[in-house]
Amino acid sequence: MAMLTLGFVSMAVFAGTEILPGDVAEAVLGQNATPEAVAGLRHALHLDYPAHIRYFLWLIGIFSGDAGRSLANNLPVTELIASRLPNSLMLASVTAVVSVPIALTLGISSAIWRGSFFDRAASFLTMSVVAMPEFLIATLAVIIFAVNLRWFPALSYAAGMVSINQFFNQFALPVFTLSCVLIALMMRMTRAAVIDTLRSPYIEMAVLKGARPIRLVLTHALPNAIGPIANAVALSLSYLLGGTVVVEIVFGYPGLARLLVDAVSNRDMPVVQACVMIVCSAYLFLVILADIAGVLSNPRLRYR
Amino acid sequence: MAPVVKVEGLRVTARDGRGQQNVIVNDVSFEVNSGEIIALIGESGSGKTTIALSLMGYARSGTRIAGGKVTFDRREILSLTQRELSSLRGRDIAYVPQSAAASFNPAKPLLKQVIESSQIHRVMAPAEARAKAVSLFRELGLPNPELLGTRFPHQVSGGQLQRLLAAMALVTDPKLIIFDEPTTALDVTTQIEVLRVFKKAIKERGRTAVYVSHDLAVVAQMADRIIVLRDGAIQEVNATQYILTAPKSDYTRTLLAAAEPQARAVTRQASGTAAASVIEVKNIVAGYGARDREGFPAVPILRDVSLAIRPGTTLGVIGESGSGKSTLARVIAGLLPAARGEVQLNGVALPKSAAARTRDQLRRIQIVFQMADTALNPARPIGRILGRPLEFYHGLRGARRARRVAELLEMVRLPATMAERYPGELSGGQKQRINLARALAAEPSLILCDEVTSALDTVVGAAILDLLVELQRELGIAYLFISHDLSTVKAICDEVMILYAGQIMEHGTRGALCQRPLHPYSELLISSVPELRQGWLEGISETVLKEASGGIVRRAGAACSFFERCSLRIPGRCDVEPTPLRRFSKGADIRCQRTETELIELAAQRDANEISGRPEISEPRDFGPGRGAQLIAW
Amino acid sequence: MIAAQKAPASARRRLRLPLAGIIGAGIVAFWVLMAIIGPYIAPHDVGALIDNDLFGRMRWGLPLGSDYLGRDVLSRILVGTRYSIGVAAAATFLAILMGGTLGMLAAVSRSAVDMVLSRFFDMLISIPSKMSALVVIAALGSSIPVLIATVAVIYTPGAFRIWRALSVNVNALDFVEVARARGEGTAYLIREEILPNILGPVLTDFGLRFVFAILLLSSLSFLGLGIQPPNADWGSLVRENINGLADGALAVVMPSFAIATLTIGINLVIDNLPGRWSSTGER
Repeated sequence: MAMLTLGFVSMAVFAGTEILPGDVAEAVLGQNATPEAVAGLRHALHLDYPAHIRYFLWLIGIFSGDAGRSLANNLPVTELIASRLPNSLMLASVTAVVSVPIALTLGISSAIWRGSFFDRAASFLTMSVVAMPEFLIATLAVIIFAVNLRWFPALSYAAGMVSINQFFNQFALPVFTLSCVLIALMMRMTRAAVIDTLRSPYIEMAVLKGARPIRLVLTHALPNAIGPIANAVALSLSYLLGGTVVVEIVFGYPGLARLLVDAVSNRDMPVVQACVMIVCSAYLFLVILADIAGVLSNPRLRYR
Repeated sequence: MAPVVKVEGLRVTARDGRGQQNVIVNDVSFEVNSGEIIALIGESGSGKTTIALSLMGYARSGTRIAGGKVTFDRREILSLTQRELSSLRGRDIAYVPQSAAASFNPAKPLLKQVIESSQIHRVMAPAEARAKAVSLFRELGLPNPELLGTRFPHQVSGGQLQRLLAAMALVTDPKLIIFDEPTTALDVTTQIEVLRVFKKAIKERGRTAVYVSHDLAVVAQMADRIIVLRDGAIQEVNATQYILTAPKSDYTRTLLAAAEPQARAVTRQASGTAAASVIEVKNIVAGYGARDREGFPAVPILRDVSLAIRPGTTLGVIGESGSGKSTLARVIAGLLPAARGEVQLNGVALPKSAAARTRDQLRRIQIVFQMADTALNPARPIGRILGRPLEFYHGLRGARRARRVAELLEMVRLPATMAERYPGELSGGQKQRINLARALAAEPSLILCDEVTSALDTVVGAAILDLLVELQRELGIAYLFISHDLSTVKAICDEVMILYAGQIMEHGTRGALCQRPLHPYSELLISSVPELRQGWLEGISETVLKEASGGIVRRAGAACSFFERCSLRIPGRCDVEPTPLRRFSKGADIRCQRTETELIELAAQRDANEISGRPEISEPRDFGPGRGAQLIAW
Repeated sequence: MIAAQKAPASARRRLRLPLAGIIGAGIVAFWVLMAIIGPYIAPHDVGALIDNDLFGRMRWGLPLGSDYLGRDVLSRILVGTRYSIGVAAAATFLAILMGGTLGMLAAVSRSAVDMVLSRFFDMLISIPSKMSALVVIAALGSSIPVLIATVAVIYTPGAFRIWRALSVNVNALDFVEVARARGEGTAYLIREEILPNILGPVLTDFGLRFVFAILLLSSLSFLGLGIQPPNADWGSLVRENINGLADGALAVVMPSFAIATLTIGINLVIDNLPGRWSSTGER
């Protein structure tokens, strides 16, 4: 199923880049290119083949690790991506490690004490964060931490990492911004999922067995909410790969998303195609993990 | 000796949709003595469950215990803190809810849930609790007591889950057990065994119990004393025998009358076989899932079902959950196209799917569903709901349509002003009348009634039955009346068909169902219906109990579905050969390998056995040859 | 007597919950009004350079100060409201029109149609929204129709999912079955039986999706890929004046404030609606 989806996505991506107006070869060579040169380039890029053949050539290339060459600077796409992907993965994993535990703890605790002051405050705060565009959060973070407090540099990129201290400095603000958004999203979904299961009759039964609120949530509601929570986490984490554009730009962080934006503005299609494929695969991978977690936590699906 | 529970002036309020406080329990006082089973009986909205829950200091969300005093074991329940209440619940007072399937946590193994309250309150070590649970499983007649605890709720049948709930309640040896309609969701045959083990477990331990139910016949088996409730107030309190034989309040008398339905069907123009059938169903096979090469569905629900209904008569279809009775209605209505077989309307074969039928064919067959709540579009006023079929089938519009809507409302004994109301503002009985009116609007020749009274209180349901009979007399409509309740079917139907696992077991006139020989399953079904007298439960024969405890096993092919549970089975024949549907001299078709004389003899022997006092089947020589073979098979 | 004691407490409780909702509704109503009349009540021309100071402070005649070129911030925000709200609303409406109709169709027709549509949208949903927006806008250039169409397409799969889920629930109810047995067609089933019964949750979903659209559009504008100069929505205003950020210039604070109040306002309304209106939104 996931492979089918990926195949479909690849087709969509290819078709999407295909219908773009303008001839790539002309675009690359500029306005005063000779027709011979254009024809030569077209042949080199296999542009003279029909679309479906080019699609399969491209697909085979992708799977064999050769995604073609960038049209903008003629570097191999794999090389370009290889220089950016570790940065993106690093940012994503640091953010995930920071935000998932916090979000789950907050979500579960506000489900336990729902209606309390803590729950209301957390609800309003996360709602405000979800309702704000992330460029606002990012710029606010810059004003407060970099400009006013001067704790961290406003721009995070520096070639080569030297010390733990520097490492921390570079990541602090982007991670902070992304974590804010992610924690808010995941916390709301976790809370909703737990509260949803708290409405089940077996929870009332547990109350009448003498279970106290913490036990209700942790041993009765939570095991049944793992499926939806895992889905929420997967959905939020997938955002870390594709949705970080704004953060990467505000902080000048050289990640995959910025490569994509640059490629998009240069009409550098091989790079665009490869980036989108990577992000979609990562999304599908996360969704599959969430599904597996859902099946493992549900005896009805585990023992058929 | 002080009573275990003493309730004084209990008052509970509930907030409705508009935020208004309504009193749902008003000034209720009673006592429960040690070792006594007391029943709270009443119809929906009588406050019986609310009262039971307030004994544990618990009010469902939206409700609030507004006043009164509940004393349990010399402690004032309503003034305890949440923490103190928690330490009481599950240890000193246990609760057995109605829906066992929903009350078990689907993600946890059964044993863990059964012993949970003993672990919360730390009354015993885990190993000790487990051992106790297993011995309870054994006592409650659960299969595989050692291994059952490792299974998950979805792997166990409804009747077994209900008994597991009882084990859960008993594990801490509570002083008081509250049963909240524990058998209402079960089939009659399953109900017997659950009732028996419940009663045995309570009585042997000398426990005090509060039993909540709407069913007088069930309560008559269980309770020492009965409290009759109506609209949150007590109508009558008395010992069970007096409530049953010498009721003092009028309301109790109404309940008693409704619990024993009178036969309503009036003698019709006894046209016999002369009149042509309105509807004829021939050898229907239907089900879900992929079909094999011969068109047989992967999950067959109906297997080779045939029937015919004459104009102005009623055919009752009776069966337990999973018997395929609702599927039958859906096949006839064209909602589920049959895999094989044919449905004929006035002798003309109908297309299998509703989409392919003509508007006139659709008009002639109407369907009325069980759940009045979900059968009416809540976003449309009654006038529009009734007006649509008038417009759709008869092209009525404007004033003529409005006039006809008023007529229809009058036909179902509702005021014409009802047309402006929305379904949400109506009571259950009124909604069911609207459902009926919508079917009548089409001027059909046949109405498929799918459990139309099952979701209603007995008194309200009885009124609907009366209405159905009157309408039939006035309009000459034929009914296919589907129900799980034998007494309802007997009260209204001319002919009765008994379905089991998608097969017709017996099909004959109403009279034929009252005389032997009966199909073994019919026999079981009839003897499973609780009677309105004390001691019925104790008097049930072991044969019935044994048959009752089996679950439905679906088998493919034409062999008998009832084989696993049957006490008259012939192994090697019943489970292998196609079972013939034979016409017996009493005027009924019975699907059984046994001949008419065999069935009569075996039934007589069984009766003789029971009268002799020992229900146990001891000696094979008392029985016919088939019976002997069957005993060996055990 | 007990009832009398109880009454005031319950009345207060009833009032307190929707209060936040009323505030939210007020904010939303204010901005919608501004989207309609904004350009007519703007004190200055949006393009006019009227202040010699860049990032001027607020003063009489320039209530919100001036921007990086010395233009009136208030007027620019008032005029920008129309772009921010209009484009987002049009896109959301289109998304719901497509996704909602197909979702109801899938639920009512069941089986094959449902399978195909569901699978198709499941696949679409796996493409991250910002990414697809970037690709399309890069390809076609940024104009208002392109923005509307892009955002609409991005939110169609989500709308489809929710409308389908809600419709499937209603479709399982007996009154739909009754209508089907009566012989009613698909269009009638959708219009009369399904739609009126999912209207509440569906309006909630519209609100949530509208918020996401506003966020996405302002992010695009912030990246310079949204509304193009000389027109400007709130996102572009933030981008233009980002240099004034360090000094806390009103030119950058106020558009941000506008975005935040509108989206928080909508969320306040949604969170405080009665239970039967709720639906689960996703980003």
